[in-house]
Amino acid sequence: MNNIIKKFLPQILAILFVVLIFGFLTINAQTNMDNRGIDFGFGFLSQESSFDVQFSLIEYSGSDSYARAFLVGLLNTLLVSFISIIFCTILGVIIGVARLSSNYLIKNSAAWYVEFFRNIPLLLQIFFWYYAALRALPLPEKANAWFGVTYMTVKGYYIPAMVWENLNVFLYCGLAAIISIIVLRKYANNLRDTQGKQIPVLLYSIALLIILPLLSFLFGGVSLEFELPQLKKLSKISYIYEGGISLPPELIALVLALSLYTSTFVAECVRAGIEGVSKGQKEAAASVGLTPNQVLKLVIMPQALRIIIPPTTNQYLNLTKNSSLAAAIAYPDLVLVFAGTALMQTGKAIEIVSITMLTYLTISLTIAAIMNWYNKKIEIKEK
Amino acid sequence: MFKLVKQLTSLVAMFAVLFAFSTETMAAKKSKTLENTKKRGFVRCGVSQGLPGFSNADESGNWTGIDVDVCRAVAAATLGDATKVKFTPLSAKERFTALTSGEIDILSRNTTWTLSRDADIGLTFVGVNFYDGQGFMVRKGSGIKSTSEFKNGTSVCTNLGTTTELNMRDFFDSRGISYEPVVFEKADEVVAAYDAGRCDTYTTDKSGLAAQRTKLSAPDDHVVLPETISKEPLGPVVRQGDSVWEDIVRWSLNTMIEAEEYGVNSSNADMMKTSNNPAIKRLVGAEGELGAAFGLDNDWNLRIIKQVGNYGESYKRNIADTGILPDRGPNELWTKGGILYVPPAR
Repeated sequence: MNNIIKKFLPQILAILFVVLIFGFLTINAQTNMDNRGIDFGFGFLSQESSFDVQFSLIEYSGSDSYARAFLVGLLNTLLVSFISIIFCTILGVIIGVARLSSNYLIKNSAAWYVEFFRNIPLLLQIFFWYYAALRALPLPEKANAWFGVTYMTVKGYYIPAMVWENLNVFLYCGLAAIISIIVLRKYANNLRDTQGKQIPVLLYSIALLIILPLLSFLFGGVSLEFELPQLKKLSKISYIYEGGISLPPELIALVLALSLYTSTFVAECVRAGIEGVSKGQKEAAASVGLTPNQVLKLVIMPQALRIIIPPTTNQYLNLTKNSSLAAAIAYPDLVLVFAGTALMQTGKAIEIVSITMLTYLTISLTIAAIMNWYNKKIEIKEK
Repeated sequence: MFKLVKQLTSLVAMFAVLFAFSTETMAAKKSKTLENTKKRGFVRCGVSQGLPGFSNADESGNWTGIDVDVCRAVAAATLGDATKVKFTPLSAKERFTALTSGEIDILSRNTTWTLSRDADIGLTFVGVNFYDGQGFMVRKGSGIKSTSEFKNGTSVCTNLGTTTELNMRDFFDSRGISYEPVVFEKADEVVAAYDAGRCDTYTTDKSGLAAQRTKLSAPDDHVVLPETISKEPLGPVVRQGDSVWEDIVRWSLNTMIEAEEYGVNSSNADMMKTSNNPAIKRLVGAEGELGAAFGLDNDWNLRIIKQVGNYGESYKRNIADTGILPDRGPNELWTKGGILYVPPAR
């Protein structure tokens, strides 16, 4: 009896405490809002938003609802986070490995890069890439073509748009290629385990990935055309490109700042991971006759990844949360569109701020869940 | 950096709503806000982060502008000293939260009076101290003379969280023109982006355009188009629920306008006590008991006129003499062809 009380009483008290605090906050907020004539409710989400957004991944106009405006902001946040996570990972791995290079120049440039970019506040970097780069870029009519068909201008980066015919056939072929690669790998592993034979899986995989979609063009009736950006005159002195896809400078500046900043932290994680694998592992692997490539792929990396993944997850989460600084340079992310314009037009501060906080929490927990799953997959399996 | 500070203030404001103990039950004829203001010794006033002519701080932190003068008038009426005001610079995004959460008692920040703001979000507009309208600024070299010359794909720079965003959409939508809204949180960022060529046009209230134009690298290369696409009556706002405080702010503003109408200004106010016109005598506290209705003494309006001046003086000092909008346009008295018309103080 005594034991049961000892075991459960503190927990029950703790739960009671949390419930009471939340109850107090809710009731108190309710009374205060009542006194000030503010209604609480989420009905506004279905009302017409009446404002436009600069850049959206889905169809959106001012006649859509606030809920859709929320979705537009959310997708823009996810887009900028996704692109930046990919870039910062690629860059981070390269820099992290470069810091371990035996070449004096490479090693020290990488070290300088890390120290420089991680020690300047992110907001300043965003302002730098936006305002400094913006002023340096040419006006649309003066822009030179990059790769012949793309234009980097003060109003955005214009690239050709792809116009597909029978896109679904192409996608099925791509899917078929991926499935056959998975089957091939299984088969190759099996072959190696049972007969000790090695086949060049990577080479075959690349070939599959190219040949299958190519076949869809030849026999599947798939065709691809490019719609090129065309210069259009708006007034005597102002021009714009029409057609193609326009990436707003706000998005580019934000991706640049976020990936450069976060890549320094990822680089440090990578360096720590590789240095964390004891030297003996490498020597032992070499002494049983593995090639340097095999040593890296089969011995060092699997062990290093276990050290790299958890702290890198933190960096991904940071990056996603940092993307809310977008509002400073007019990139229409969740904070600018929903916690900014929508909040102002409706005055529903508590509702909108809570929704926004919950959304960021959900995004972060999802990223953490994916990374934890990956971490589980690569951790030591006791046999 | 400022961004963080701003976000913190919004957060604090939000928590203020969450935690503040509810004390504001109104007794008739008694203003809790007035009581607290007297106890505190200063009026808490929310203003802009820097809009020349309306509310702008100089290097030594002195606030000037016609929006600032409204708060000074209230301070003169309630505390007897127009300098007893604490100004809180607010972004468009924070302003209403700051007022409803009780961080400030008057919001005098070139705020447009609209139905939904007045009715929905716990605010009450007390009057209009500037009749404005939304306009567009373009580069002179563009040759654009009218908003009808805007073409599909025009990029438009503007501020976040304002009626401007809604008017802009109504304007372009009704004309079937596709446009690219580039929306910044701070006015300075809008100016910088427009200056860099990011946008073809900059839209906000015309008074704002005139004021912000002075911040561009080459102000003379830019021109404000003649069309006005919206009605923007700007005025001070108070929290809903304290009708006595609401009346004090409303009649402090009205006193300034009525004083100009009757030719009473800061230098002749004392002499006007012996005027033959009863309306003027009421305006300088020499007749009637007007202040008693708010729980103020009878010199409240005289102090406003003496310490802050009438509306015309305030306009001249802040907007005309600074070269922002020398022409008063609709902000002229109704007796002189404008639309400035206030109910009689009697």
